[in-house]
Amino acid sequence: MTELLSFEKSRPNAHGPRLPDAEVSTPEPGAILPPGMLRSTPPGLPRLSEPEIMRHYSRLASLNYSISEQFYPLGSCTMKYNPVANEAAAALHGFTDLHPYQDEETVQGALSLMWRLEQALCEVVGVDRVTLQPAAGAHGEWTALRMIHAFHRSRGEARTQVLVPDSAHGTNPASAALNGFEVVEVKSGPDGRISLADLDSKLSPKVAALMLTNPNTLGLFENEILDVAELVHATGAKLYYDGANLNAFMGICRPGDMGFDAVHMNLHKTFTTPHGGGGPGAGPVGVKADLAPFLPTPTVERTNGQLKLDHKRPQSIGRVRSFYGNFGMLVRAYTYIVAMGGDGLTQASMDAVLSANYLCKQVEGLLDIPHARPCMHEFVASARNLAPAGIKALDVAKGLLERDFYAPTIYFPLVVPEAIMVEPTETESKATLDAFAAAIRDIVKLAADDPAALHDAPRNLPVGRLDEVGTARRINAYLLGQSEDPILRWKGPD
Amino acid sequence: MLAAIGVESMDDLLVDIPQSLRIKSLQLPAGLSEFETMAQIGSLAARNRVFPDRLTFRGGGVYRRFIPAAVAAVTSKPEFYTAYTPYQPEASQGTLQAIYEFQTLISELTALDVANASMYDGATALAEAAMMAHIHTGRNEVLVAGYLHPEYMEVLRSFSDGRGIKVRKGTEPSSKTAAVVFQQPDFLGLLVDAASLTQAAHKAGALAVACVDPISLAILAPPGEYGADIAAGEGQQLGLTPSYGGPHVGFIACKKELVRRLPGRLVGSSTDSQGRRGFVLTLTAREQHIRRERATSNICTNHSLCALAASVYMTYMGAEGLRQVADVSFKRAHSLSERLVALPGWELAFPDRHFLNEFPMRVPKAPAVVRKLARKGILGGLDVHRWFRELKGVLTFTCTEVNDARAIDELVAVLSS
Repeated sequence: MTELLSFEKSRPNAHGPRLPDAEVSTPEPGAILPPGMLRSTPPGLPRLSEPEIMRHYSRLASLNYSISEQFYPLGSCTMKYNPVANEAAAALHGFTDLHPYQDEETVQGALSLMWRLEQALCEVVGVDRVTLQPAAGAHGEWTALRMIHAFHRSRGEARTQVLVPDSAHGTNPASAALNGFEVVEVKSGPDGRISLADLDSKLSPKVAALMLTNPNTLGLFENEILDVAELVHATGAKLYYDGANLNAFMGICRPGDMGFDAVHMNLHKTFTTPHGGGGPGAGPVGVKADLAPFLPTPTVERTNGQLKLDHKRPQSIGRVRSFYGNFGMLVRAYTYIVAMGGDGLTQASMDAVLSANYLCKQVEGLLDIPHARPCMHEFVASARNLAPAGIKALDVAKGLLERDFYAPTIYFPLVVPEAIMVEPTETESKATLDAFAAAIRDIVKLAADDPAALHDAPRNLPVGRLDEVGTARRINAYLLGQSEDPILRWKGPD
Repeated sequence: MLAAIGVESMDDLLVDIPQSLRIKSLQLPAGLSEFETMAQIGSLAARNRVFPDRLTFRGGGVYRRFIPAAVAAVTSKPEFYTAYTPYQPEASQGTLQAIYEFQTLISELTALDVANASMYDGATALAEAAMMAHIHTGRNEVLVAGYLHPEYMEVLRSFSDGRGIKVRKGTEPSSKTAAVVFQQPDFLGLLVDAASLTQAAHKAGALAVACVDPISLAILAPPGEYGADIAAGEGQQLGLTPSYGGPHVGFIACKKELVRRLPGRLVGSSTDSQGRRGFVLTLTAREQHIRRERATSNICTNHSLCALAASVYMTYMGAEGLRQVADVSFKRAHSLSERLVALPGWELAFPDRHFLNEFPMRVPKAPAVVRKLARKGILGGLDVHRWFRELKGVLTFTCTEVNDARAIDELVAVLSS
């Protein structure tokens, strides 16, 4: 099943919506504004009735996999259930109808929520202050590096390099480069953990920070993390924590205690705010006291029981976005934390680790498991054992889609060939994990019996494998002026 | 499950964590039932003062507008809000097609060739647009003309600082200028001469970057008509609640020469082996997960669900609905301005300048005026002196289709008393 575009369904005689009249007797814009300022032709928006619009979007919705219907074992993405109470909380009029420029005494509830969320996040990750302003994880990384940059600058030090492990998420080097840092790669050892020897050889007074995630992207805890922190700090550099994998150890251990100076969190991973098909998320950043003067403005401060926004922070890096963050997502995350409590958050991480190890055990023997130790909240398997049958990780992923599971993260981390990265999360039942393992078993059997069938998967979804190369080629033709079809947008017949 | 794994306790799974790092428990309250949780969250919401839509005359980048029920009915579908970034296209056609439609809607509105899949907000969209100009021209200065939103200015400075770019205020670009940035209408609501600024930019070999209000484009010439290279802006007015400043949605559209400089995600149309049309994420070689430190931007998660809301809103309104909303807002604001000018001591702060539905008034005892309105339940003008020293006593007032004629009467009555 596919659905026509709203533009293709547009009917020129469809009734537009009934809207209020002006009720005042002032001239039309065209009678007041200079003609040169006016739009010459109306924008080509579709014309549809409300029933047609609702059916259009309902049909589009039915073309999606989502957490509400499918298991999403997407490594590094923490696709857990999004509690519906979060949505109800964020929809309260006392939150949705607040103007960001209302006077502070009229928004004490909102400021209190932000204050309490900051306190809770400080406790979970072991830091002194948190900014809630960044809109997403990558935005948080960039914000943290800006603070680290400002910290070194305040001490008269020009540190120009940031160290990033070869197994890091792509946002890490990009965020560093956008802060003007030179990115220097640190090698992983054979077990995917950072190589202390290689780290030591790359540390120098030029290094501003090391960016690290823990557990690493193979799902393994960096057991030498205290040594890493000591090495980094000895050179005056800062240690930055990529919080993508925080779901592994809430209430078990804390990045701040490990020696991390700046910590970003993805509220849309660890704290159950929905992913929205690619955002909005929220990427708060926690810091130790020595980085706190550099937090973005404004911060929420409390004096005599009153909360206020502090815009006068002389050493601040300034704003990283408008207003105070994705407030609606902050409401959802705080609701989750209140409902779970300290005990519930700890249990969530325990269950996430249990689920990952259980599922890893079920998959062992079907796919290669390159690292035999207990994993944390996720594990990385490899489809290289299926190579003789001509089956790749991509084929396994598409086979899973055909069996009503979303696909795991594939080909990441790069240090494992044919990587299949699985993060089951704590909100899936044992029955779901068993069903997923059964699907893998089925696919592995098919790889031996009828590999061609796997190359054709998925066959039961709205579309089959799409010609991505062809798409890029046709865009290129458009950009070179060889074609009129932009591919990146609909264009009607002229 | 422990037995199936072959261990005796959870501690056996946590062996890699040094004992010295283990904590006993989090110092947070214990968990609550849903009933207790909602009571606690509800009491926080109740401690905020909500001004009714019709009595809100404050804008400054976030506006109260009529939001059709269709918007929430679509965005609250779990198939949309609980889906992930559409990396597996076969299982994500709903999200991908919705984004493709968003890209088309924004291209139409701005009259530019291509738009991306969304940005965090107007401020970061504008900053990223300026970065595109920096990369494209190889120049290191961004020139900001007129009253740009002060928070957008701050974000632009933060982004620029990281890349060694200088931000300067003025209207005269030089051979060092990568982009001339202007906001139309500007932060105060005033219309700028976008065509002349664009010409000046091009004459100096710089790009013209227009920061635009999407509703205004139903009336005003869009960036594509006056030749701007990039349009960026905030889409909150397209069906999103104020929500204390977010989440909202930023957008970027550009001429085709700049497509490879675009930050973030792009959706393109494609076909499968049976010739069925489908949609995919494309031109990913610009992005961080492929290009790493050489990416055009670090953006990964963007604001898809907010872009979906904006798409539903624009589709619901159509060109006619959007035009009516813009016209009603324009007429009411002009009616209000005439009545405010009649108040003793009140005058337009820039009487020679045109505006649409937001305008600056110079007012005696501005802070007292705002307090008095609040006492009467009205969220009155925005005091912009906080950001601009030369604008002492200046309040900006906003009208939209939600401020009915009686609401305007009430506002004027309080100010006259």
